[in-house]
Amino acid sequence: MGFGLALAAVLAIVAVVFVARPFLREPAPASDRLDELAPEARQRLALAEERDRALDALKELEFDHRTGKVSDDDYRAQVGPLRRRAAEALRALEAGEHSPRER
Amino acid sequence: MASLGRAALLIAFGLVAYALLAGSYAAWRKRRRLAHSAQNALLAAFPATLVASAILLIALARHDFTFAYVAEHTSRNLPLPYTLSAFWGGQEGSLLLWLVILTGYAALAVWLNRRHRELMAWTVPVFGLIAVFFGFMLCFVSSPFHQQPAPADGAGMVPSLQNPYMLAHPPMLYLGYVGLAVPFAFAMGALLSGRTDERWIVATRRWTLAAWLFLGVGQLLGSHWAYVEIGWGGYYAWDPVENAAFMPWLVATAFLHSVMIQEKRGMLKVWNMVLVALAFNLSLFGTFLTRSGIINSVHSFSQSPIGAWFMGFLVLMIVFSVVLILWRSSGGGDGSLRTKTKLESLVSREATFLYNNLLLVALALTILWGVLYPVLSEAVRGQTRSVSKPYYDFFLHTFGLPLILLMGLGPLVAWRKASLRSLAKTFLIPFAVAVVTGGVLLGLGFGSSWVGLLAYTFSAFVAASIVLEFVRGRSAAGGIFKLVSRNRRRYGGYVVHAAVVLFVIGVAGSNSYQTIRENGHLRIGQSMEAAGYRFTYESIKGVKGPNYTGFRTVVSVVGNGERFDLTPGQNNDPLQGTSFVASIYHDPRTLGDVFTNASLDKAGTAIDLHIFVKPLINLIWAGGFLFVFGALVAMWPDAVEQRRLAARYAAGTAPAGI
Repeated sequence: MGFGLALAAVLAIVAVVFVARPFLREPAPASDRLDELAPEARQRLALAEERDRALDALKELEFDHRTGKVSDDDYRAQVGPLRRRAAEALRALEAGEHSPRER
Repeated sequence: MASLGRAALLIAFGLVAYALLAGSYAAWRKRRRLAHSAQNALLAAFPATLVASAILLIALARHDFTFAYVAEHTSRNLPLPYTLSAFWGGQEGSLLLWLVILTGYAALAVWLNRRHRELMAWTVPVFGLIAVFFGFMLCFVSSPFHQQPAPADGAGMVPSLQNPYMLAHPPMLYLGYVGLAVPFAFAMGALLSGRTDERWIVATRRWTLAAWLFLGVGQLLGSHWAYVEIGWGGYYAWDPVENAAFMPWLVATAFLHSVMIQEKRGMLKVWNMVLVALAFNLSLFGTFLTRSGIINSVHSFSQSPIGAWFMGFLVLMIVFSVVLILWRSSGGGDGSLRTKTKLESLVSREATFLYNNLLLVALALTILWGVLYPVLSEAVRGQTRSVSKPYYDFFLHTFGLPLILLMGLGPLVAWRKASLRSLAKTFLIPFAVAVVTGGVLLGLGFGSSWVGLLAYTFSAFVAASIVLEFVRGRSAAGGIFKLVSRNRRRYGGYVVHAAVVLFVIGVAGSNSYQTIRENGHLRIGQSMEAAGYRFTYESIKGVKGPNYTGFRTVVSVVGNGERFDLTPGQNNDPLQGTSFVASIYHDPRTLGDVFTNASLDKAGTAIDLHIFVKPLINLIWAGGFLFVFGALVAMWPDAVEQRRLAARYAAGTAPAGI
């Protein structure tokens, strides 16, 4: 009983120290604000996702065309809009490259 | 010992309560150090719970009957592996298993994603909320460390649970159930933080696959255990406990498909949130079903110490997830779940995924109604009404057969839009294979079951479409390894589809075309026939095990060019009663089984022999290996993709600090 409770006390102390660690390491930080994405960074992230989706879709379309799953007509009809989408996302990303990332 | 276990649980409870309260406050008020501290509390809860689990395992191994839990679920002569498996054999132990897996998963998932502060700030308290409930139950309602004066021996374990499958089946299921808490916590964290981009999906993709894999393997192990151990000749009885695992698996399957639409097309954000919430709440419901006693009756539920608590928590989590989803998808939030992209065509890959989602969810919900109806009927009308096999079979056929067909159609249809000419070209070979297969089977007399015939025909279609995908893909990619490497998820998924084809063929064969002969009353030397085999009762002898006595018969079997002996019998544990010991012959020619069990008549001079001849049943178990292989291929990390995602999110994250 006594040994068990002593072990439990050690466990509790270690846990409390670990939980308090951020405050022990930085007792008086310059900023205690939790980072969050600025609206511009959110917009950039959305554009990056859009760019990846468009590039991925292009890759998939090329492959499906090569395997015969997508006919020549379907390929021609789809490849243009997908390229435009990818280019637009890339342009928008480049345009916003120098805007602030985090607030 | 017990005091250390209790203290460790109290420490774990304190830590997760802190993770919930301090974490919520920190996320709300944007306090960095407090959020970090709450995260540390969640990480520390795992070793604390691990200590409590170790104490229970040590008590079990030492047959320490001062622990009421150990005395209730084991006995001195129970072999060690089964003694240790009692950890999850009872209510208190299984709650502890939930908590230790949950805190372990939470610690790993949070640590791996610690750089994504904004998302993690709210994910930590959601994990904390779930863990607080289980911690509270273990500390204050249903403790595995309750002590008593030690009895001379324990109550032992039900003989049917003393089977190697039961060493793995429950932990596998729990790894799956609890695993669904990870995508749930991240999804709710995303809703609370407003980070409804794809970050939470990327973070939880493999967790969801792993949970889904564990749930699937757990069910297969449970089915095989039921088949070899329970002795009724089947492997799935639509029992509420079985359904409890099947429902979240179905919804998780729907999610794994629909999440691809969000990743590829940016659509279905709300639907994916709904599926994640539904899968997790069904996994909670599954635990509630198996642990609250509600399956037996409303009365045993009301007498269960955990029933009302569990129901309260389940309602809380459903309300919590529904309110959050509605808030973010409506004007009340920022509407960030709304998407502009629309379905371009009803004949496209995403459309087939959508149909598959509707069928999977419909099947899960009809099963849920089948589980709930007897309970509601008893609670409202005071009458116990059961929902039996025909109800479930009807909906399995109604939703399951189109699902098989979609499994073959989906891979052949292109994303966005497919023209009829393309479809005709790609469908030609699988369609021809299906028609020929169906025609040949009809000619061979398989028309006796239209469900079986359709299942086989559709399976042929799916198998042909998978082979076609690999063959065409291989030549386009320049080799099978390159093909799979460039898109592991897709081709791993196809391997899983192939496993499902094996399941379907095995289930259809062993159900629609099985032969059953029950209650053959035989004295020594007498015979009976079934499916071309002649079964002769030759002899009987007594057996004695470590904690049971029993008998084994010898039944010689001749027919269909085979000759073999079967030894069905029974075991009797003085503490836990009698159980069947089935004897099974695996026929390599039909990939099926000849399954027998036997009971002695009252006079002890004859046996009642039960025979089940089940063609193709072994494809179900073989499919299990393929299922695991396919899931592992789909889960395997892709270095190129990891780099791409790291670059994408580098813009939105800060260096690891919290």
